[in-house]
Amino acid sequence: MKTKVAIIGAGISGASIARVLSRYENLEVHLIEKAPDVGWGVSKANTALIHGGYDDDPDRYPTRARLCIRGNRIWHRWVKELQIPHVWNGALIVATKEEDFDELEKLLERGRRNNVPEMRIVDREELFHLEPGLTRDAIGALWVPIVGQIGPIPAVIAITENAVANGVKTHLETEVSGIKVENGEVKGVETNNGFIEADIVINAAGLYADKIARMVGIDYFEIHPRKGEYWIFDDDVPGPRRVLFPTPTPISKGIVVTTEISGHLMIGPNAQDLPPEEKDNLATTREGLEQVWEGAKKLWPQLPPRSKVIRTFAGLRPEPTGGDFIIKAEEEVWGFINVAGIRSPGLTSAPAIAYEVAKIIQRDLGIELKEKSKWNPYREEISHFFMMSPEQINEAVKKNPAYGKIVCRCNNVSEGDILEAIERMKFIGVKTPSVDSVKFRTKATTGTCQGSFCRPKIVQLLAREYGVEPWKVTLKGRGSEIGVGDVKALLRGDA
Amino acid sequence: MFPRIPMLNYDLVVIGGGPAGMAAAIRAKELGLKVLLLDENDYLGGILPQCIHPGFGLHHFKEELTGPEFASRLAKKMVELGVEYRTAARVMEIKNYSDLEKVVIFTSPSGAYQVWTKAIIYTAGARERHAFEIGIVGDRVAGIYTAGEAQTLMDIYGIMPGREVVIVGSGDVGLIMARRFALEGAKVKAVIELMPYPGGLARNVMILRDFNIPLYLSHKVVEVRGSGRVERVKVVKVDENLREIPGSEFWISCDTLIISAGLVPSVKKLKKIGVEIDTATGGPVVNDRLETSVPGIFVAGNSLLINDLVDYVVEQGEVASEGAKEFIENGGIESRKWVKVEKGENVRLVVPHYLSGDRDVYLYLRVSRPMEEVELRIPEIGRKIKLPVVKPAEMLRIKLKAEEIQGEKLTVEVVKA
Amino acid sequence: MIYRFTCIVCPLSCAIEVEVENGKVKEVRGCTCPRGEEWAIGEVTNPKRVIMSVVPVEGGALPTVSVKTAEPVPKEKIPELMKFLAKIKLKAPVEVGQVVAEWNGIKIVATRGA
Repeated sequence: MKTKVAIIGAGISGASIARVLSRYENLEVHLIEKAPDVGWGVSKANTALIHGGYDDDPDRYPTRARLCIRGNRIWHRWVKELQIPHVWNGALIVATKEEDFDELEKLLERGRRNNVPEMRIVDREELFHLEPGLTRDAIGALWVPIVGQIGPIPAVIAITENAVANGVKTHLETEVSGIKVENGEVKGVETNNGFIEADIVINAAGLYADKIARMVGIDYFEIHPRKGEYWIFDDDVPGPRRVLFPTPTPISKGIVVTTEISGHLMIGPNAQDLPPEEKDNLATTREGLEQVWEGAKKLWPQLPPRSKVIRTFAGLRPEPTGGDFIIKAEEEVWGFINVAGIRSPGLTSAPAIAYEVAKIIQRDLGIELKEKSKWNPYREEISHFFMMSPEQINEAVKKNPAYGKIVCRCNNVSEGDILEAIERMKFIGVKTPSVDSVKFRTKATTGTCQGSFCRPKIVQLLAREYGVEPWKVTLKGRGSEIGVGDVKALLRGDA
Repeated sequence: MFPRIPMLNYDLVVIGGGPAGMAAAIRAKELGLKVLLLDENDYLGGILPQCIHPGFGLHHFKEELTGPEFASRLAKKMVELGVEYRTAARVMEIKNYSDLEKVVIFTSPSGAYQVWTKAIIYTAGARERHAFEIGIVGDRVAGIYTAGEAQTLMDIYGIMPGREVVIVGSGDVGLIMARRFALEGAKVKAVIELMPYPGGLARNVMILRDFNIPLYLSHKVVEVRGSGRVERVKVVKVDENLREIPGSEFWISCDTLIISAGLVPSVKKLKKIGVEIDTATGGPVVNDRLETSVPGIFVAGNSLLINDLVDYVVEQGEVASEGAKEFIENGGIESRKWVKVEKGENVRLVVPHYLSGDRDVYLYLRVSRPMEEVELRIPEIGRKIKLPVVKPAEMLRIKLKAEEIQGEKLTVEVVKA
Repeated sequence: MIYRFTCIVCPLSCAIEVEVENGKVKEVRGCTCPRGEEWAIGEVTNPKRVIMSVVPVEGGALPTVSVKTAEPVPKEKIPELMKFLAKIKLKAPVEVGQVVAEWNGIKIVATRGA
C-alpha cells in the first residue's frame, strides 16, 4: 500500500518536493495547483536569484540560514539535470559610504557562520574590474561569487515535468477548499474537482499557506503579502554583469539591478507591506515603480530612457509571522506538514526544502522511504530556435517545417518551439490553453513588441492544438479569455 | 565563419513585403535587377490586408481602395512581372562584408538560407508602442491590446476582442479601430487623447461624431484595474505642459483597453550593422537615394519614417530601388558634397537628410505644433509655400527641383505667414 | 439650426457651417469649393457612409474575408446592415471584387480573397 501524499501548491517549493518524493516507490504523490499551470504564484514574479546565504541571520531565522546555502549548492546539480536556464555570475553588495562597511562586515561574518564559501570584501579597484558600469560613488563591496540567476518559472516547469515523468500526478485548476481530518490524522483534501485521498498533506500554498493551515485548525502563523515592483528594459540596453545589491536594510535586501536570464536589464524590487487580505494585489503603482527607479539609479546611474521599458510587473513575497520558514510536521494533525512562509531565499532554498521534507516524513512521521530502482533525474529542455545554428535549423525542418517558421520575431521563437511547448503543457496536465503557458516555456511575447505581433498567431496555434475556438484561448486562465466571441458575436447577441 | 546552409545569389534583396517592399521589388524588376523579396507572414501585403477601410491609393491608383485591395493590386503586378518572393521567410541577420557583398540570412519552413547580394532595401515597417512604454500601471490582465493587435484579431482572425472599449490615442489607427469596434456592436466608451487636439485626419476624427464616442482631449490613461480581465481604467487631465492635474482623476469601466500611442520604425537589424539613426524619426539617416549611412543599404516606408499615406510609401520604395540600381551599376553612389537638410522652426522631422542636387527630390516632413496660416520656407533658396493649416499628424511632402538644391545646407521651417 | 463640420473632401479641411431653417438648407458658409459644399449639404440632409467589415469564410487560408459596400449607406441604416452582415458565412474560393451578397440594392463586395 502506497502512502498517498498531497502537495498543495505547485510553485518552486511544491514542485521541488514533488520531484524529490517521486524517487520513492512507496509514495503516491499528487501535486495540486489552483492555477491553470505551475509556478504562477509567488514563483512567478521575483528577482530570480540563487542567493549566497549570507543575508539570513542564523539566530533569528535559523531555517532560512541553514537551507539557503544548502539549496544554492544543490541547484548546481539540478540546473544541469533539468536543463534549466541559469548563470553563475556572482553578486556585489555595494558600499557607497563608510558606514556601509560595518554592515558588509556583519554580512561577511554571518556568511561565515552559515558556511558560505568564497565571500570577501573588495576595494574600489577590484570592484570596477568586476563591474565596470557601477556607480562611481561605490567605494567597495562584498563580493559573493557563488550567487547565480535562474529562470524561476522555467525552473518550476522543468522540475514538474521531471516529477511527472517519474510518476507524480498533477491536478491543475484544482483548488483545495477543505482538509479532512479524522482522529487527528489527515485523510485527504476536498477540492473543486472532488476529494483526493491523502495520508500526508504538504502545505506549500505560498501566499495562502495560512488559509490552508487554518483548514486543519492550525493558526499560529499568518502570511501577509509584501509587494515588490520591477522594471524590465529592452534587450539593446546594457545591463550589469553581476547581481548588484545596495547595502541592505532591516526590511529587505534592497533594490537590485541585474541582467536577467534572457539578457534584459531588470531593476527591483521595492518592499511594500500589504494587509493579509490583499493576497491577489499584483498591481504596479507609480509610487512603487518610482521608488525602484530612484533606488536602482544609485547603483546603476546609466538607466535608459523610460521609453525603453518593455514591462513593469509586481510580485508578492509571502511574509510569515516571525519571518523564518515554517517547515514542520504539525503534531496536532498527524500527516500535515507545513512548508509555509517561503519568502526570500525561497527560490534558492527550494531543493534543500524538498530534501528536508523527505527527512521530515521519515524522521517525524516514521515512514521509511524506499528508493525506486529506476528513477530518471534528467529532463530535456524544449527546442529553442534562438539557440540553434543555421545548420541545426536545417536539420530540424526536416523533422517538421514548423521549426523554420518564426512566430515571435522579437525573441526568435519558432512555430516548432511553440508546438513542443504545447505538448509539454499537455504532458503536465494543463487543461485550459493560456498564452502565458506558451510564454513561460518559449519566451514568446516577452520582447520589444510585448506580443502585439505574435500573440494572435499563438492564439491560433493554441486553439488548434487544444481544439477550442480561438476566442476561448486565455491569457492566463479562465476569466482572461482573449476575446468575447467571434467578430459577429455581439451583433448576434450571443456574447 | 560562413554557415553551411544553401546559398542564393541576387543583385538585390528586399526585406519586408508590405507596400514599400512590393513597390521596391516591382521597380527593381522593371529596372532589370535580379531581386528577391522576403516577408515573414504567410501572405504579402504587410499591414495592408488587415486595414480593411478605404483610403489607400488615392494618388497612386486614382481610386480609393481598401488596404487589402491595394495590396492585391501590387501583388498582382509582382506576379505579372515574375518577381521572386518568399513568404514565411524571416530575416535573422544581415552581414555587411563590403559595399557590394552583403549576406542576408533568413529562415523559412524549408530551412535557413544565405542570400549573397549587392544591395538591400529594408522595408520592414514599424511596431506599435505598448501600454508599459506609455507609463500605464496596474494589473496586467487580458483585454489590453495595441490597436494593431486588436485589428489583427478582428479583421484577420475574426475574433471580437471585447465589448466595452476605451481607446488611448486619437490618431488615425485609434479612430479607425473605434469605428471597427462600434460597427461590430461593441460600446466605445471614450477616446483619450493626450494633446489638446485630435491626432488623426479630419475624415477619421469624424468617426467620433458618427458613433457618438466621447473624446477627452488633454487626458491620459494612467492605470488599469481588473481581475483576469480589464474592469476599469483611470483617466487624468493634463495641463498645457502635459503635466497631470491633481484631483482630476476619474475611472471609466470597460473590459478592453486599446493602446494607439504611435508607431516606431523597426530598425534593430540596421542598428546592428551600424546604420546611423535619426532620433527624431526613429529611422535611418538617408540621402536622396534613401541610402542609409551604410553603403548599399536602402530603406523605405515605415522603417524610414512613420508615413500617413501608402502612396508615399510606394514612392519611397521606388526611389530606393532606383538608388539600388545606381549603386549596383556604379559600384556605389558617387562621392560628392551633399547638401544637408536642417530642421528649422516648427519642423520636428524631415527626410531625406542629405541631397545630391543632381535630381528632383521629395522632402517628407512633419511639424511639431499645429498652426494656421503658415508659410513653409527654405530661406537659403527663397522657397515659400503658403499653407492654410499644418498639423503634426499630417505629413507634408514638398518637391524640390534639382536646380534648387545647392550650397552647404537647406533649412526647412514652418512659420506664421 | 447651425451644423458645423470639418470638411473631409480634401486635406484643406475647411471649417464649414450649414444653416438649416424649417428642415431646409438655408445657407452654407466656409467651403472653398463646390465639392465641399455638396458634401456638407449631404452630411446634413442625408449622411451616408461606405461600410467595411469582415465575414467568416470556410476553406480559405484565413478565417475571414473583408468586405465593403459598393456604395455609401445612409447612416441611420448602418445598424441594420451590420445585423445583415452578421448572418453571412462564405465558402472559399472568393475573389477580390466578387459580389458576395446584396442588401437593399447595395452590393457587398469582397476586398480580400480566400
